[in-house]
Parts: sequence; structure tokens; C-alpha cells
Amino acid sequence: MSVTTAEPARATNLVTTRSIELFSGENQLLLDSGRHFGPVHVAYETYGTLSPSRDNAIFICHALTGDAHAAGFHDVTDRKPGWWDALIGPGRGLDTNRYFVICANVLGGCQGTTGPSSIDPETGRPYGLRFPFITVGDLVSVHSEFVRQLEIDQLLAVVGGSLGGMQVLEWAVRFPHQMRAAVCLASAANLSAQGIAFNAVGRRAISADPNFQNGDYYVHHEKTFGENGCIKHGEGGPRYGLALARMLAHITYLSEMSIEKKFGRRLQHSDQLAYDLQRETEFQIESYLHHQGSRFIERFDANSYLYLTRAMDYFDLAARYGSLELAFARAQARFLITSYNTDWLFPSTQSEELVTALLRASRDTTYLELESVYGHDSFLIEVDQLAELLVPFLEQTRQMVR
Amino acid sequence: MVNRCYVPPDPAADLSDRLIMDYVEPGSRVLDLGCGDGRLLGRIRDELGCSVQGLELDHRRVVETISKGLPVIQADLDHGLAGIADASFDVAILSQTLQQVRQPRELLVQMLRVAGRAVVLVPNFAHWRVRLQILFSGRAPITQSLPYDWYNTPNIHFLSITDFRDLVEQLRLRVEAEVPIIHGHAVPNAWGANFRADSALFVLSKRALRHDGATDAASAD
Repeated sequence: MSVTTAEPARATNLVTTRSIELFSGENQLLLDSGRHFGPVHVAYETYGTLSPSRDNAIFICHALTGDAHAAGFHDVTDRKPGWWDALIGPGRGLDTNRYFVICANVLGGCQGTTGPSSIDPETGRPYGLRFPFITVGDLVSVHSEFVRQLEIDQLLAVVGGSLGGMQVLEWAVRFPHQMRAAVCLASAANLSAQGIAFNAVGRRAISADPNFQNGDYYVHHEKTFGENGCIKHGEGGPRYGLALARMLAHITYLSEMSIEKKFGRRLQHSDQLAYDLQRETEFQIESYLHHQGSRFIERFDANSYLYLTRAMDYFDLAARYGSLELAFARAQARFLITSYNTDWLFPSTQSEELVTALLRASRDTTYLELESVYGHDSFLIEVDQLAELLVPFLEQTRQMVR
Repeated sequence: MVNRCYVPPDPAADLSDRLIMDYVEPGSRVLDLGCGDGRLLGRIRDELGCSVQGLELDHRRVVETISKGLPVIQADLDHGLAGIADASFDVAILSQTLQQVRQPRELLVQMLRVAGRAVVLVPNFAHWRVRLQILFSGRAPITQSLPYDWYNTPNIHFLSITDFRDLVEQLRLRVEAEVPIIHGHAVPNAWGANFRADSALFVLSKRALRHDGATDAASAD
């Protein structure tokens, strides 16, 4: 499934991130907090062709630190394709010969869509913590409006994992007419207490970093403004805090089995222990986590991390609609739910909770616990077994459209 | 991962499919418990225009059912049907599976809680071949329709048609139809069914409401 390194394949698979302005002027977005906000710029990419009857569109909701670049290459020199490239493309699980696939960066993000690192038009400076509080519902409201702007009345499906899966569920309930099918992977109707706990430590690592400056770390580093006034991440700001938050979170995305298999107790530079406390990356797993942390701060904004993890903590479908069953009674889509046997951040029991409520609400429901060693990250990695389910599920949905 | 198959390969599958489908109203809501690879459920959807839902434990079979475009949930019938709302289906089907669940009595009660009608296909362990094998070989029987050794069989209850009738009576359910299957043929009202039939199809429902508003059917316990 994976793309080979041959450059011709890239040349035919080039994509561009585009941007659209929503909620401008009087037409502001009403946030769940009650506040009005606008304008919102949404960064997005599309793959494939929209059918003349505009009924073959599939929307991808990305997870916490994802972006609009889900597939293809931006440039022939790119080392890596989009984050779900193995699933999206001609003949792949989400077949772009058949479907028009859309992916957009979330509200509050830092990859092109308006977020805390964007320039506040009123002050001419980045929002920082003056950016309004946002919820998963708000992320969905923005994407829902975006789809309306594309003049697509009804999506064939909305697909997402983890925080993306939460958006799928919220979308199916909040704007039931806008989708035929909902595909929710490795997700839940709420974040567990354990999940909130990990988020809390991550946020504390950021806010306790002396360079956090109460979220106004941008202004002290004028050079961080790249072309077009966009923030260039990774220069200045709470670098250590953000890296630490990522290291911690990254552990929760793996499984005991996968860490053991990939790293074990192996040492990074030597076959002997150094007996030296100054060596921070003696074990391979340490080195790996440090690497993940330092790569992350090059591409992600600390304030976005605070806002989006908080949105995730707040998400609670049952609390919002009275009960899960009542929530799903509003939905109209067919549902495909999957969980992974080694995912301990979003365990299968949470998916089973969704399934029970869906059944009680008499929704057309498909559920399977998939087997993988990769823990929570499985949905990003194990695309073949996902494709095996998605292809017939989407095809059946499409036939039901006609 | 438990690898238990609820629907063993069955040469008489087509017969039992058609027999079961005779008792499914076109356009009704159908739940298939232990739907296997979704073969029957697909036919019910396509030929009878029903809205269908499958339940199946085995991973591979769930995938096969999904590949037919059918809604199916991976679930263990031994964990009950608590997740399914009362009367949310018209028919609940349980084909060649009752003998494999831990609490067959409870499952029957649950089926008639979630559906108005239960269509149940049960094997007959009192078939004459089985009786002869036990009598003459002194070993647990292995037959064409029960092709398992005692140590690896998914069948954990051994019932006869008469035994099943007793349970139905005990639960005070109404038998809308009873069709013994003899040598691959459905033979309604066959004589000596408990001796001659490999299996039998029962169509069950709760008895009508009494004047005081309570049902005649027994409760779960």
C-alpha cells in the first residue's frame, strides 16, 4: 500500500493546501461558550473529483496534532507524503478514483486554520490565550459550514480516528442531514479520566515552561513570523514544555507490546551501561521519545496544544444530549465503529459503549475490534485491515444513496 | 481471542436459509444472532427487502459479513442482549447456535424481549444415528451434522427436539410453527420427529396479554 520513493509517483500525486475564509463580517460563528467569533480561515486539501451530482464526498477529520495534508506530496522533494496517504489515493481504501476526499485543519489548530497562533485582525498580533475557548462541537460547526460553502448538501461519509472520531460522532448528531455514513475509529463518546490526566500533565509541562510567557511567546520572537505572516513553529516559546507534553502523549499512543518489540531494553549508543546520570538518551526508547519531542516542536504550536487538548477533555456526548442513546436518536447516518485490542487510551469498552447506545437508538451499526500491536496509533498504521472494512462499507452506503 | 464459530459449515445451509426466510415478513426488521459470514442476512436483505442487523463473535466472519455490505456487530452472545432495546426488531434469528451459548434459556427470553418473534433452528441430539452410536460404540457421537470430537466441539449443550419443546413449554411461549428437518427435507408434522430429524425449526412468540395486563410468558428467572 505504501508509496515507493520513486519521484514520478510524487510528481503525479502533488497536492496543494488551499484556504477559505468563513464567518466573516456579520456572519460570525456562535461558539458553544456563547461567544461569537470570526473570521475563520480554514486550510484544506481535496483528492479525487467531485461527481456531477455531488454525492461522492468523504470528509476526513484529523486527530489532535494532524493537519489538512492527509495525502499526496506538496513538493517532489518532500520526504514524506500526507499523514494518511496509505489509505487515500487511487485504488486505496478511500479510492480517489471513486470518491472526492476532503481534509481540513481544525479550528484552534496551527496548520493554516485560524488558531491561537493566527493574527488577531483587531490587534495585529497573534491571539495567544485571547483566542476563545473552543469545543469539539465548535470544530465541527466550522467544518460543517465549510462543506456547505463547497455546495455539498450531503457527504457520503465522515471518517476520523481519536479526536477525529469524536468530531465524527458530534457531527453525526449535530448536523444529522449532512452525512450518509459515520466512521469512528479508536475513539469514544468522551475522554476517560485517564485521558484527561495525561492531557493535564502535558498542559502543565507547557504552562510551567519559563518561555511560555502566559501564551504570548510569539511577540518576543518577531523572526518567528514566516512568509504571509504565518507563524513558524519551533522558534522560541515553551519548546521544552511542548516537547515534554509530546513525549508523554506519545507513550499513550503506543502499546506495551509495540514498545517492547521495537525497543526492548536495548541501548542507543553502546552495549554497556554508562553509569552516568548526564546521559539522557541511553536507552533506545528514551532516544526515540526525545526525537519525537524535538520533531513535534518544529511543527506544532504550544497554545494550539492547550486549546485542543482542553476541547478533547470537555467532549461528552452523553452529557450534552441527555444520554448517548438520545444523542444517537438524532443521528441518521449508518455507523462503522472500530477499536483496537492494544489501545489503552481509547479502550474497546468505550467503543462498545457507543455500539450499545447506537443499537438502542436503532441505528444501522457495524462494529469490530481490530487486532494490532500498535496501540492507539493503529488506526494510522494498519491501513490494510481498515481498507478491508471501509471499501465494502462505503460501497454499500453509496448504493443506498441511489 | 476466542475463535468460536457460531455457524458451522452446513451442507443443508440453503435449505435452512429458505426455511427460515419463509417465516420472515418482507420489509420487516431482522436481527440475526450469530450471523456467520452474513450469507442468510444478505439474502434476507436482498430478497425480502428487510432492514437487517447481524451479531457475530468470530473476527473473520464479521469481516466477511461487512464485505457483503451488511451491518454487523462483533459481540459475544454469552454476554447477553442487554445492549438491544425492547421490541426493536420484528424477528430474531438463531440458527444452529442455541446449543453453543452458555445460557440458552436466558437467550431465548432475551430474543423475545428484543423481537416480536424468534426463529430458532436447533439440532436434535436424539437422532437415531446418534442414539445408535452411543449404544454400540460407547463413545460420544460424531455424525455428519455434528462433526466434532467431544474435546473440541463448540456444542456445549446436548438437546433433543423433545427437550426443546419442554423448555418452550416451561417459558410458556407460543409455538407458531415447528418444522422437523429430516434428511435435508423440511417435513412439517413429521411422525417420530425426535427420532428421525437432524434438526428442527421453531417459530416462537410470547403468548397474548391476559386481562390483567400481564403476559403469560415467564420472566427471565
